[in-house]
Amino acid sequence: MSSTPILEIRDLKVRLPGAGDRRYAAEGIALTVNPREIVCIVGESGSGKSVTASAVMGLLPKNALTLESGQILLSGRDITHASLAELRALRGDRMAMIFQEPMTALNPLMQVGDQIAEIFQFHGPSLSRREVDQRVLALLADMRLPSPETLRHAFPHQLSGGQRQRVMIAMALAMEPALIIADEPTTALDVTSQAQVLRLLHGLRERHDTGILFITHDFDVVAEIADRVIVMQHGRIVETGAADEVLANPQHPYTRKLIDAVPRGQFGAGAPLPDSDPVISVENLGMRFVTSSLLRAKRREVNALDGVSLSLARGETLGIVGESGSGKTTLGRCLAHFARPTSGRIVMNGEDVSHLSRAAWRQWCKRIQMVFQDPYRSFNPRLTIEATLSEGPLNYGEDPARVQARMRDMLALVSIDDSALKRYPHEFSGGQRQRISIARALMMEPEILIADEAVSALDVSVQAQILDLLERIRAQLNLSMIFITHDLRVAARLCHRIAVMQRGRVMEIGPAEQIFTRPGSAYTQELLAAIPGKEGLGSRCAPGLALAGA
Amino acid sequence: MNTAVLDRPRSFWPALTRDPLMFTGLALLVALVGLAMLAPLITWHDPATLAPRMRLKPVSLEYLLGTDSLGRDLFSRVLYGGRLSITLAALVSVISVCAGLLLGLLAGYFRRLDAVVMRIIDGIMAIPGLLLAIAMVALGGATIPTMVTAIAIPEIPRVARLVRSVVLSVREEPYVEASLGMGTPTWRVLWRHVLPSTINPLVVQATFICASAILIEAVLGFLGLGFPPEIPSLGSIISEGRAFFQRAPWIVLFPGVFLALLILSVNLFGDALRDRLDPRMARQRKG
Repeated sequence: MSSTPILEIRDLKVRLPGAGDRRYAAEGIALTVNPREIVCIVGESGSGKSVTASAVMGLLPKNALTLESGQILLSGRDITHASLAELRALRGDRMAMIFQEPMTALNPLMQVGDQIAEIFQFHGPSLSRREVDQRVLALLADMRLPSPETLRHAFPHQLSGGQRQRVMIAMALAMEPALIIADEPTTALDVTSQAQVLRLLHGLRERHDTGILFITHDFDVVAEIADRVIVMQHGRIVETGAADEVLANPQHPYTRKLIDAVPRGQFGAGAPLPDSDPVISVENLGMRFVTSSLLRAKRREVNALDGVSLSLARGETLGIVGESGSGKTTLGRCLAHFARPTSGRIVMNGEDVSHLSRAAWRQWCKRIQMVFQDPYRSFNPRLTIEATLSEGPLNYGEDPARVQARMRDMLALVSIDDSALKRYPHEFSGGQRQRISIARALMMEPEILIADEAVSALDVSVQAQILDLLERIRAQLNLSMIFITHDLRVAARLCHRIAVMQRGRVMEIGPAEQIFTRPGSAYTQELLAAIPGKEGLGSRCAPGLALAGA
Repeated sequence: MNTAVLDRPRSFWPALTRDPLMFTGLALLVALVGLAMLAPLITWHDPATLAPRMRLKPVSLEYLLGTDSLGRDLFSRVLYGGRLSITLAALVSVISVCAGLLLGLLAGYFRRLDAVVMRIIDGIMAIPGLLLAIAMVALGGATIPTMVTAIAIPEIPRVARLVRSVVLSVREEPYVEASLGMGTPTWRVLWRHVLPSTINPLVVQATFICASAILIEAVLGFLGLGFPPEIPSLGSIISEGRAFFQRAPWIVLFPGVFLALLILSVNLFGDALRDRLDPRMARQRKG
């Protein structure tokens, strides 16, 4: 390793506006990134990890955050107070950033190849067209993108999430920057795409001497790629050290809490229940979308669900796991009657309910309730929690006094204070909202709870709390639960049985432990292999070895 | 996160004092509407009484804005004319907003109705508003109901499209689904969850409809298609004054200024209101 670090931050302080509960978004941040080193900043939302990254790029929002003191050195050069023009020259050339959501970071109206070429044109105007073209192709090939020649003419929406992220990385690498800042680059991706992107980043720093500052909330990702770890909480660094050491032997209680919150190899729910008394069963369910376009005579048929058969026992938690586009959400929506299957049956109480009209379904919908993914959008912002919680029961003409009492019971059950009733959704954090969302579902006294990615928008430690809460409620009320997730680790923690879906089909269904230890289908094995950091946390070998085969 | 901030109820008065444009617009509007609505109390000449000996008198204490070619007091004629315009505009706004809201809700929420309703709306949009008004007034005579209907109909498509676009995005919100999943009847979902989101843009749209209705009424009056001559209207006053423009420019000038100020104030107010209420504009301003 060379003597001058690529990035050195000395005692950085970023000031928050106004007089909030915290004066600094980031305070006393000191860190270094050396060539060929991956430094991970870990923390939950609000810990100041993204602010730190933005400060380095000179991208702090102008009116909100101010860099109060400290120094940022890029390869020994002070860029703390660099002018806009200087920063523009540095960005892309010497340092580059990879964002979380590749769809919004790419220009939707420009072919991806042209977007990469733009960087060459800006930073190296002397290059001829042909040279630029060659470099673009080389970069795309470097990203292990399939058929770069055709792919560079694609528009961002034609690519998958993982491919888009790799295009973003290609753009970041175009000028071979000394420093790459990656802000949660894999959070929006499927497990398998995540594994590919991580592998790619890992390989790059070997070949290009790049230093990578990697921001994440996921300790499994840290275990997979980090050389050094910096743990942040409330805008301060609480722990820093070599990745193996921090993971194996965390010193700070907050680090320990974060690591413990990562769901891992715990099969919380125990053995599956006897299948004798299904509360709901699905037989040969199919959902077919036909897309036709004006210009193309050919119709495309998409089977979102293709011959799905499942059943759910009373008191059982069934996990439905798959990547985006696997049909898992469609299945949940069919069960909750938000979507109408095109074939097959949904049987409750011996009756086929799949083709009931909305009016007829009203008799049934009390029994099956949903907890939604996005805690910020699943509440009407104009209604108090009281109005939201009481809406369902009042629809069925229940006595308002009884509803009032039940609201208090349900809030107590999800550990939310009574005073919440008079407040509005925006006054609560994501985790609290998700608790209230569960309370809302329980207000209907359902038999079945469908949780569609109910914890994926939450921080790890909050995630763990919500999972525990769901498990407690299920046991207490003898509910049946369908838990839809893309995260096998989460499913393992909560579910009796897991169904793995791919392209609308159930590839495999079985007890959680069996899925993990003796996966029956090749696809399940692939998913399991893609889980980051399996070898990490204690039993970790030398960094990078786990990826040697990639 | 962002929406949480935006949806927080905002207090109105502090905002008003901080926004000089909105304040100017509102103050001007209140003054003009007040003057017009209180016309019978303020003026001391009947707007329709002819006084041939006093024709084409310039501005004086007796005749604040002078007189027209038939010796009628221009001050009272302008105020009475303004009163008519404002009443008409208010009726037009209410009717077109209500009709457009209903059509937009139906079209946006019920996908099957959408195709039918929106094609009708497209049909209405194809007819030039002013021509429709001229035709309807020619057929039905210049009464308030005909005028209001004639001016309101071309405004309905704009409202309906606006409401439909809001409904289309709101109906996909998880909270609407959550409500449906709890067995809430469709009409109540519309009333509780969908309708409130359309109110802000509608209020803004209503101000613009007001401004355009005032203008169309004036144009109809100017073309001689408005109310009968004994009822003063800003358009007909200007039209009559045209012939005497060189001898008595005030006949055209004062109603014209009144009309311009009225429309300006409504538009200023509407613009400022949109900046405050429209989340997209608000987000842009916040940066």
